[in-house]
Amino acid sequence: MRILNLLRIAWNAIKLNKMRTFLTMLGIIIGVASVIAMLAIGEGSKESIRKQISSMGSNMITIRPGAGIQGGVRMDPTEMQSLKLADYQALKKDATLLTAISPQVSSSGQSIHGSDNWPTSIYGVTPEYLSIRVLEVTNGSMFTDAEVNAAAKVAVIGQTVVENLFADGENPVGQTIRYNNIPFKVIGVLAEKGENTFGQDQDDVILAPYTTVQKRILAVDYLQSVLASAESEDKALDAVEEVLSIMRKQHNISGNDEDDFNVFSMEELISTFSSTSEMLTVLLVAIASISLLIGGIGIMNIMYVSVKERTREIGLRLAVGGKGSDILIQFLIEAVVISVTGGLIGVVLGVSATVFIEKVLNWPTVITIYSIVLSFAVCAVTGIFFGWYPARKASALDPIVALRYE
Amino acid sequence: MKNIIDIKDLKRHFVMGEETVHALKGISYTIEEGEFVTIMGSSGSGKSTMLNILGCLDQPSSGRYAIDGIAVKDLSRNALAEIRNEKIGFIFQAYNLLPRTTAVENAELPLLYNSSVSSAERRERAIEALTKVGLSERLYHTPSQLSGGQQQRVAIARALVNDPVVILADEATGNLDTRTSYEIMALFQELNAAGKTIVFVTHEPDIAMFSNRTIVLKDGTIIKDSVNDKVLSASGALAAMPKEED
Ligand SMILES: Nc1ncnc2c1ncn2[C@@H]1O[C@H](COP(=O)(O)OP(=O)(O)OP(=O)(O)O)[C@@H](O)[C@H]1O
Ligand SMILES: [Mg+2]
Repeated sequence: MRILNLLRIAWNAIKLNKMRTFLTMLGIIIGVASVIAMLAIGEGSKESIRKQISSMGSNMITIRPGAGIQGGVRMDPTEMQSLKLADYQALKKDATLLTAISPQVSSSGQSIHGSDNWPTSIYGVTPEYLSIRVLEVTNGSMFTDAEVNAAAKVAVIGQTVVENLFADGENPVGQTIRYNNIPFKVIGVLAEKGENTFGQDQDDVILAPYTTVQKRILAVDYLQSVLASAESEDKALDAVEEVLSIMRKQHNISGNDEDDFNVFSMEELISTFSSTSEMLTVLLVAIASISLLIGGIGIMNIMYVSVKERTREIGLRLAVGGKGSDILIQFLIEAVVISVTGGLIGVVLGVSATVFIEKVLNWPTVITIYSIVLSFAVCAVTGIFFGWYPARKASALDPIVALRYE
Repeated sequence: MKNIIDIKDLKRHFVMGEETVHALKGISYTIEEGEFVTIMGSSGSGKSTMLNILGCLDQPSSGRYAIDGIAVKDLSRNALAEIRNEKIGFIFQAYNLLPRTTAVENAELPLLYNSSVSSAERRERAIEALTKVGLSERLYHTPSQLSGGQQQRVAIARALVNDPVVILADEATGNLDTRTSYEIMALFQELNAAGKTIVFVTHEPDIAMFSNRTIVLKDGTIIKDSVNDKVLSASGALAAMPKEED
């Protein structure tokens, strides 16, 4: 009965002061919405940087024959024949931290189509190479494992090769090109990738099954390198360890003996990424704290002032027999209703603003649950506290003092 | 007759920094059920200070005060709130109505803090009180839609709605013209005739003529406490006034 009356009183007070209610809510709405939108933009930038770095293959691991010694003579690693197909197979079978793995043999030579010719490199790989290098086939398709097993003379070519061999704009898929006089049927074209961080044209490539390159172009049975992907950047170092131990076992290297192979990860990229993302995280936390602080101060002011303004009303309510607790509960209900409603509207507005920014301004954004929960909680708690606190002080006054308050 | 108000050696001082203002310097009197008492005195003589203490809005510095037999001295804040809610109807010079709130909602305010009154009964009693003060046609008007006299009537209805043992009015006619003041006084006389005890603070000697007893304060002490054996009828005085053109 009592609480019902207080709910009624609080509701009437909210209705009675529409402007004040609106202004108070506005403070909360803007606080919540701006924090959500700002964090979404920040997280979006972080995510897009993460994607850019991953597109360089930051989780890539390379295994090459190492600076071994044969008969006392240091050998050029590319000439060394110590990396075998069996090594690739062992890694493919036993490594648990790798998501993709492909052998690689390469050669450079002249590619010809009709009257056009172009010097380029051919890479013998498996289909998994695409995911390791973060490549995509836009036109046609990648060759299959079956074509790898059959050493088929098929090729997937990069944009630079397309531009130089098919200058007339002809569709390359289905055409035959010659590489070092061996005919390859073009079955796919790679999406354009541009230059890598070292200024190399990543589109100046021909991909073919490694078996084909081994047999028909190089006439060898060893591998020049094996490429693999770790699950993620932060697992790359563990994956390197795993690869090392499998390879040492495979090559019967024990104790302190020197490895006859090398394993590389993109450590530099990884550390660049983690420092960039750490910086961004610090920046985001700073943005969020400042926005929340400003929002919180705004809410605090308007709540505090609006309750202070009502000291005379509090005095009257005390004078007609309201108890201190009645007044306090009334103001608490008002503060909760205003703060929670404002907070919810703020969440809706913040999410809409973010969608607008993404769709209309084309900025990358990511809305996170934590930004919603954090902004809502901080604004609601601030609103409720600063609605309650001055009311508590006012309701503890003598009625006559509150009535005379100016 | 039962004593509604019983004060003994009541003192109230205000400490303002170095200075202490002695607003009430030891006042004693009793008011019995059914009396209509006016309290007079020059400005600053302590009238409001005394009435606020009678209304349990303020506490005396020393002395004894009992209302309807209950000694107020060591009561808790909540107990005092209950006394204000159930035993006292207080009328302010400045009306103190809730703005943008209808007459009915203003009049029923004290009952909202009395959980033994149902919402239907609350509304019924508010309308009854407003009818008694002659505002049955203005139930859903807000203060800004009412004249000063009508606003004071709403305030009187609010003071009546909880059926208090005493009505305390602090210059209830102070903001009103003579005719409206007399109308309000006629209303108080009616309420008094129906048995309500009334304590009425005023500046104006002609207003005091409508009550049975007058207490005069000066500098915080009572200088005169007299029974008025020639009570004027406010409605009679009103009838004798020349008609104004509206
Ligand atoms: N809260 C207060 N703090 C300090 N002094 C006060 C306070 N309230 C009243 N006084 C002082 O007490 C004295 C009595 O004041 P009070 O308001 O009771 O006078 P009053 O008789 O009602 O005068 P008026 O007819 O002008 O309303 C005055 O001197 C006043 O200054
Ligand atoms: Mg006064």
